Amino acid sequence: MTDTTAAPSSPSAPPRPSGLAALVRHGRYVIAENKVTGFAFGLFIAIVLAALIGPYVVPYDPLASDTAAALKGPSLAHWFGTDQLGRDVFSRVIVATRLDFFIAIASVALVFLMGGLAGVAAGFFGGWTDRIVGRIADTIMAFPLFVLAMGIVAALGNTVENIVIATAIVNFPLYARVARAEANVRRDAGFVLAARLSGNSEARIVLAHILPNIMPIMIVQMSLTMGYAILNAAGLSFIGLGVRPPTAEWGIMVAEGAAFMVSGEWWIAFFPGAALMIAVFCFNLLGDGLRDIVDPQRRT
Amino acid sequence: MTIPLIDVRDLTVEFTTRRGIVRAIEHVNIAVAKGQTVGIVGESGSGKSVTSYAVMRLLDRAGRIAEGAVTFSGIAIAAATEPEMRRLRGREMSMIFQNPRAALNPIRKVGHQLEDVLLEQSKAVSTTASEMAIELLEQVKIARPRERYHAFPFELSGGMCQRVVIALALACRPQLLIADEPTTGLDVTTQKTVMELIVELTRERGMSTILITHDLGLAATYCDEIVVMEKGHVVETATSRQVFTAPAHPYTQRLMRATPRPGVSLRDLLPEDDGRSESAAPTVVRLIPVSATRAPLLTVQNLVKEYPRKGLEGFKGVLQKITRRVPPPEPDTFRAVDGISFSIQRSESVGLVGESGCGKSTTSTIVMRLIDKTSGTITFDGEDIGAIPAKKFSRLPLRKRIQMVFQDPTDSLNPRFTAARAIMDPILRLGDIKGASALRARCEELAREVGLPLDLLDRFPHQLSGGQKARVGIARAIALRPELVILDEPTAALDVSVQAVVLNLLQELKESLGMSYLFVSHDLNVVRLLCDRVIVMQAGKIVEEGPTDRVLYEPQAPYTRELLAALPHPRFDQAAPSHRMTAAPMTAAT
Amino acid sequence: MLGMLTKRLMLALPSLVGVVIVTFLLTRALPGDPAAYFAGPAATTEAVEQIRVKLGLDKPLIVQFGRYVSDLARGDLGQSLTTGQPVAQELRTRLPASAELTLLGLIVSMMIAVPLGIMAATRPGSLIDHACRVVTTAGVSLPVFFTGLILVYVFYYLLGWAPAPLGRLDVFANPPPTVTGFYLIDSLVAGDGEVFWASLKQLFLPALTLGIFSLAPIARMTRASMLAVLASDFVRTARASGLSPYTVVVTYAFRNAMIPVVTTLGMVFSFLLGANVLVEKVFAWPGIGSFAVEALIASDFAPLQGFVLTMAILYVALNLVIDILYGLIDPRVRLDA
Repeated sequence: MTDTTAAPSSPSAPPRPSGLAALVRHGRYVIAENKVTGFAFGLFIAIVLAALIGPYVVPYDPLASDTAAALKGPSLAHWFGTDQLGRDVFSRVIVATRLDFFIAIASVALVFLMGGLAGVAAGFFGGWTDRIVGRIADTIMAFPLFVLAMGIVAALGNTVENIVIATAIVNFPLYARVARAEANVRRDAGFVLAARLSGNSEARIVLAHILPNIMPIMIVQMSLTMGYAILNAAGLSFIGLGVRPPTAEWGIMVAEGAAFMVSGEWWIAFFPGAALMIAVFCFNLLGDGLRDIVDPQRRT
Repeated sequence: MTIPLIDVRDLTVEFTTRRGIVRAIEHVNIAVAKGQTVGIVGESGSGKSVTSYAVMRLLDRAGRIAEGAVTFSGIAIAAATEPEMRRLRGREMSMIFQNPRAALNPIRKVGHQLEDVLLEQSKAVSTTASEMAIELLEQVKIARPRERYHAFPFELSGGMCQRVVIALALACRPQLLIADEPTTGLDVTTQKTVMELIVELTRERGMSTILITHDLGLAATYCDEIVVMEKGHVVETATSRQVFTAPAHPYTQRLMRATPRPGVSLRDLLPEDDGRSESAAPTVVRLIPVSATRAPLLTVQNLVKEYPRKGLEGFKGVLQKITRRVPPPEPDTFRAVDGISFSIQRSESVGLVGESGCGKSTTSTIVMRLIDKTSGTITFDGEDIGAIPAKKFSRLPLRKRIQMVFQDPTDSLNPRFTAARAIMDPILRLGDIKGASALRARCEELAREVGLPLDLLDRFPHQLSGGQKARVGIARAIALRPELVILDEPTAALDVSVQAVVLNLLQELKESLGMSYLFVSHDLNVVRLLCDRVIVMQAGKIVEEGPTDRVLYEPQAPYTRELLAALPHPRFDQAAPSHRMTAAPMTAAT
Repeated sequence: MLGMLTKRLMLALPSLVGVVIVTFLLTRALPGDPAAYFAGPAATTEAVEQIRVKLGLDKPLIVQFGRYVSDLARGDLGQSLTTGQPVAQELRTRLPASAELTLLGLIVSMMIAVPLGIMAATRPGSLIDHACRVVTTAGVSLPVFFTGLILVYVFYYLLGWAPAPLGRLDVFANPPPTVTGFYLIDSLVAGDGEVFWASLKQLFLPALTLGIFSLAPIARMTRASMLAVLASDFVRTARASGLSPYTVVVTYAFRNAMIPVVTTLGMVFSFLLGANVLVEKVFAWPGIGSFAVEALIASDFAPLQGFVLTMAILYVALNLVIDILYGLIDPRVRLDA
């Protein structure tokens, strides 16, 4: 409410660590304060591990079918049960982590490059750049995003690469919008004018002055979009686009198990669905936690 | 001794923060009698606002009254229940705030907002409410009240919004009005009219007033008694005259000294012990005598800057212009700067004053070559710099010779750069020093020149105080030894005591480095101290210019006279109350 | 008022144009041979050539576009290979099913999300606040098809409360005479209580699924917006003026807080229209979403194109309504030319 609650920094205190060291220290402070973020971070590490080494340590071959053992519930031999072809659900769920994680990372990286840079340029330079980027974003936003993704994958072809491209295109407006808003706010800031007075060219101002300031917010956005990218990909696979059987992917596994849900064999669809939920939940929590580190005023 | 209306005894307020419990104010004692006006004066962090929030029991969720008592007309505030407080608020005590437009509901008509209060406090019923609301608007001297009843806050000026807020506060005829920095952010002339309105209305109704401000001069002009606060404690309580003419406490003395006012010089602002505890002593390089015989450093002739009128920009604007049927009441373009001419000599300090919207900031930004002019010439040391487009200017060697010190020290420093990196930026881009150690050495030299302790060089802006950030900004501006420095309200965001030190620093640097200053400000008292000549602008035109002493003591133009009259003048030569109105009667706000 | 409406309509035109162009490009600029796509996987080479000439796919792109637009203007969206019916007709008959489902889901979610968000904001740190935060963070993480399946498993298989997920009505009931196409409304109009309950029972689970899905973003936005508004200067003034808590929260805070929530609705609709497709697959709902999915599986291209176009146009119309609503609530926007 008033400024009295802020403890003033005393001029005679020792200088605090700067740069990366400060970020790490602040990060540790926030995680210690906020157990939930710490938990999300731990979960994130677990997912990455599963993606990297999962395929090498699973008990069964995810593609190996064993009709004799089909449709068996969770047991000691098969922790998550077996599906209609006798494949071990647990192994498939773990192996699918790699594919879903890859799709998420690839889409987010792609959209960050396209949307982030376009947005910064639009927000900083204004004028025609802004109008063109705005028109592209508006045209994409005129569609319900999942429907557009469906259309793109159907048009380009039923492959995993096209899922990545479709997800990136569909998320472009959001990124461009966030990047644009951040660049716009800083466009007339004192330090930008000061940078011009110091002889910085416009390009240098964007790269060396503006970008480092908006990176934290973009990283938060990337974390949140990872979750959405996975849901998008899973949704597309659920309706038969992109990933084809017998590939192990969470969405398609839920689709295959859907028919059996009605007849009581819940484990075939449940475990991949739960894995989906946990992964997305983790990315969202991480994004929220990162937002706390980066900009405490926006805490939700 | 009559029982005071408001009696604050030994008040301590605590806030729970992430870092633990913080005591915002401690053992505060204030008493306000019926009909009395008390000013609470302090710099940022003094706790003056927290005290008033405690009196109204409007503290944040995280705050609470830890010790002490507040008694209002016999009622114990700290122990009162929330419904009891609601009966008091608005009806017996009310408050007005800084930033009046934000204080009003943006999507509700002002008339309805007034009615809400009237109906809530049962001062009217639904049939009489709107008439009463219009009457209230009349009382705060808003012209055409019937029309303005239907206005939304964004349609009104800052001054008018503040009048509406005052109307809201006084709607139920409370006994006490708390005014928290009510004129900060308003133009000087509007400040005066608003303050006089408050004084008139409160005197008329025999109300008590608490005026919270950082401006000692304002408090001395309008208050009977002044309470000075520092870092959460009351350090002195005395009549305005005593505080102004013979302050007792060292802090009050320092504050009094640092307040720019007529009759003092720059050096007088500093505390007697030189007050250099927060800074290292700036080093003087060399003294360059002022030379009036050479050609002026900067000449501006017939400078014009036009903007398309709001709503008429771009494609939409073209469409509107083509399709409209009736010619518009105002011209299509708006002249922010309407044909001005002036010059600045070498080593001269020129003040550019005016209220918001007069075009002074636009002029300084054009002279800086950050934006382009519409027409006119700008000559710098013989070269026509106005002809060079702003986009190209930043890469020319000329760029080194004209630099700027910004108003907001926080906004003008890149949050991701350390102080050293910020100071080094111009040298890296336009200077000719290479090599990390040479750069660092130069950086340290500059830091010494501005009195910035060397161990602060590796800190980030959020780890520095306001005064320290201001020094970093100044060091950056003088890094390339410019000949002309434009200072855009460089001390407006600083506390009065810090301002005193920074103004002195600016003067010393000017003398030792032989720079010329264009000092843009709305604060005539500050301009009086630092500038050789003054230019007064109004609505894009120059209305008066000349040597500072002449313009500020014998103003010719009516507008200049108006500006000077609007400054708070405490008058202690008579025994009468110090807020006696000095100028012409108030006119209604349009 | 009329001026504002026409102005908003004009602003929506570029979106419509963009949508038409994009759908055209999507279906004509395909890698490979568009004619083969439209002819279907089972077509012979002659059939493909016939389709090519029939659809004008051998003409230059501009001519094709002209034809596409004129076809659209006449309401011709091509023919479905699997059903043999014109796509436009199929979409028209199936649209009410999707609309009923989506609207009911949205109503359910708003009735829960908005009060939840308000209560969470006015009682920070309480149980409601924590519940709200958990619900919103978990809610955005749930895949909508997964929620649907879990609900089916719990309420149909385990508890037997809900009917089998086999569409809008079970086999024994007859749909009411068509007035709007919404079974709930039509059955009430026809005075047929039995059919009303039967369709409501079928609607329950899929609407709940969509409701849970859209609950999270709405509750999150309501809570954040209320928190921001409650901390604003004008609410402080309202409190300092002694206004009652009800007036402060409802008249002052809530109305201002709803402004960003209304704009969020646009985004929520985008998600809902997409989620619609997935929910229709889970519950075998005969709407336009399942129409498109069936067409996908059969590589039947024209319905897919028609579906994307229809959804987009619907979405543009919805955004227009939201824009107008926003203009009604916020006077600052109204007066902006």
